Amino acid sequence: MLEIKDLKVNIEDKEILKGINLSVKAGEVHAIMGPNGSGKSTLASALAGRNYFNITHGKIIYEGKDLTELTPEDRAREGIFLGFQYPVEIPGVSMVNFLRTAINSMRKYRGQEPLPAGDFLKLMREKKKIVEIDSDLTNRSVNEGFSGGEKKKNEIFQMALLEPRLAILDETDSGLDIDALRIVSNGVNKLRSPENATIIITHYQRLLDYIVPDVVHVLYKGRIVKSGDKSLAKELEEHGYDWIKHEVDAHA
Amino acid sequence: MHTPEKYLELFQKNRKQIGKDDPPFVKKLRDTAIASFRQSGFPGRKEERYRYTHLEPVFDGELSFDFQPRQIRFDDDEIFSCDVPLLDSSVVTVLNGFFHHPGKEALTRLDNGIIYGSLKEAIGQYPDLVKKYLGTNAPTSNEPFVALNTAFSQDGIFLYVPEGVRMERPIQIINLLLSDKNQMVHHRNLFVLESNAVAQVIICDHTLSPHMFLTNSVTEAYTGENADLDLLRLQNEHNNSCQVTNTWISQERHSRCQHGTITLHGGIVRNNLRINMEGEGAETSALGLFLTDKMQHVDSYTVIDHRKPHCTSNQYYKGVLDDISTGAFNGKIHVHPDAQKTEAFQTNNNILLSDTAKVHTKPRLEIYADDVKCSHGATVGQLDEEALFYLQSRGISKEESRLMLMDAFTWDVISKIKHPSLQERITELVGKRLRGELSRCNNCAMHCQE
Ligand SMILES: Nc1ncnc2c1ncn2[C@@H]1O[C@H](COP(=O)(O)OP(=O)(O)OP(=O)(O)O)[C@@H](O)[C@H]1O
Ligand SMILES: [Mg+2]
Repeated sequence: MLEIKDLKVNIEDKEILKGINLSVKAGEVHAIMGPNGSGKSTLASALAGRNYFNITHGKIIYEGKDLTELTPEDRAREGIFLGFQYPVEIPGVSMVNFLRTAINSMRKYRGQEPLPAGDFLKLMREKKKIVEIDSDLTNRSVNEGFSGGEKKKNEIFQMALLEPRLAILDETDSGLDIDALRIVSNGVNKLRSPENATIIITHYQRLLDYIVPDVVHVLYKGRIVKSGDKSLAKELEEHGYDWIKHEVDAHA
Repeated sequence: MHTPEKYLELFQKNRKQIGKDDPPFVKKLRDTAIASFRQSGFPGRKEERYRYTHLEPVFDGELSFDFQPRQIRFDDDEIFSCDVPLLDSSVVTVLNGFFHHPGKEALTRLDNGIIYGSLKEAIGQYPDLVKKYLGTNAPTSNEPFVALNTAFSQDGIFLYVPEGVRMERPIQIINLLLSDKNQMVHHRNLFVLESNAVAQVIICDHTLSPHMFLTNSVTEAYTGENADLDLLRLQNEHNNSCQVTNTWISQERHSRCQHGTITLHGGIVRNNLRINMEGEGAETSALGLFLTDKMQHVDSYTVIDHRKPHCTSNQYYKGVLDDISTGAFNGKIHVHPDAQKTEAFQTNNNILLSDTAKVHTKPRLEIYADDVKCSHGATVGQLDEEALFYLQSRGISKEESRLMLMDAFTWDVISKIKHPSLQERITELVGKRLRGELSRCNNCAMHCQE
């Protein structure tokens, strides 16, 4: 489904990603862990198409297409979803207008008519249940004044509405209370299917108890320096990153 | 000949024709005004108040000026349907600065004592009433455009709401410009709300022919004790026009005023707004929103003069500028030594959609009282890239995302318009303007060229 080949990304002339290789197949869940500042969000944003990133080398192939040639909106329409580490507050744009526009943009891309108002509201209600999100929130401006946890729930709510094929969740678990973590994980698990794939960026092994990954990767200094099964996450939880850093830095 | 002299000569040569039925008090106002203009001339390039809008060259253009309404036959309904059609309002039409009333009374007097219609007619019929207010609020000294207007204006709209009367329907003043040559227009409005009166006025400015128009208007409004005035101006002249508005509002004790200016189109627009808080506990809010592109220029100049204690003022001004358009905001809050417990706020936010658009923003606080709450904030920026990316990442096209952010930006001002159906209509108009769907000819059946 997704094939990243020797991807190098610069931000303002500084090389942040230094050759990422990653292959994700349909039906899989991959977890990416790694110390702060190692480039996890940069990778996620590069997949979603953030424009000030400069891809200097390598390829991102998604469903056989070269992703780098697509605009962010077309990537979304092709089924890519990024759950933001820091969801953006957009005062004055109502959640309802935002979601309706998003859904209808996707439908238009697929050659479908806009969703009738009644159907849209029904869909909203249905999906709100999955993430147990308050109606109160969906009546406000996008993320405006949402608490940290509410913002994260809102990301999953959007994911549930847009039904992506490849979801990239950037620290969706941080800032969530125990109940919310369970709710969010359930949401993600419900959307899992043999056709879909998920990339989960997290610092905590706890989330991976709920959403069990097929592969765990460690990103460090712009490279994937280690990959393993879910036991790797446990190991990191117990011992931290020092042992990996030592290994890598000794090699360098 | 220098430009000011042209105007002095125009006045002298036509002294007999200008307001030939004027009662003495109006004659005197004109003479004083022209003397003031003789003193001041036009604001020079160095004059701080007019730093970003140099109007003398515009006034120097080849422009005809009418001392009598010219007979232009047209059917209002046929060539023009209003931008705010949903509004249940009493419509008065002003054509090239003259009250336009084919087959209608020039002045309407309702049973409850409300009077509205032609100012010229009101001067004739109610000289004592008009004399009490006309020209006592907007000074001509050191105000060249008020002075020119006072000297030359022939007509405009008069509104009088007696004590304790609430106007049920808003008055909608439709200013139409229609000519077969380049034209200058000076028109004048006078609104008087006695104590506890309530009124809403909407002014719509339109051009109906492609000629160059220069309009210099003065609107004086008086709000008596505990009166409530809502005054909204919708500017939608074509881009080959120049519009100078001078709005002078005085507020007595506990009166409330909301003033708004929405500028959709227009070549050079200069809006002067002055609100004098003459009584304790008065409240005012001033809204401004302009959307410019191509070579448009919009300059808002406001002074909120807090003269008495316990008054509140809020100013919200916003601009969205594209192409090589330019804008300016110069907003002054003046708090006199006596005006303790003043609360005065001002914000001016601007979005530049192109690298070549420019805006100058200058808040000025002059505070001579110590127990006050005043604040101001001004920003000039681009659309929020993070927000754009967020919207796009949900499948919304870049163009649509930009529009959503612009709608949100302008909504901040529009949401403060009190009248619901007017608010709805303005939202739609601004939305259309942002989408490039609103042409100034949108509502005109003449189909003259842009
Ligand atoms: N817009 C930017 N301008 C400059 N530097 C940036 C920008 N975005 C990211 N960086 C830098 O790139 C590096 C990687 O950042 P990134 O956000 O990808 O890290 P991360 O692995 O997601 O960290 P965290 O675990 O803290 O979220 C950091 O050193 C960061 O400072
Ligand atoms: Mg990150």
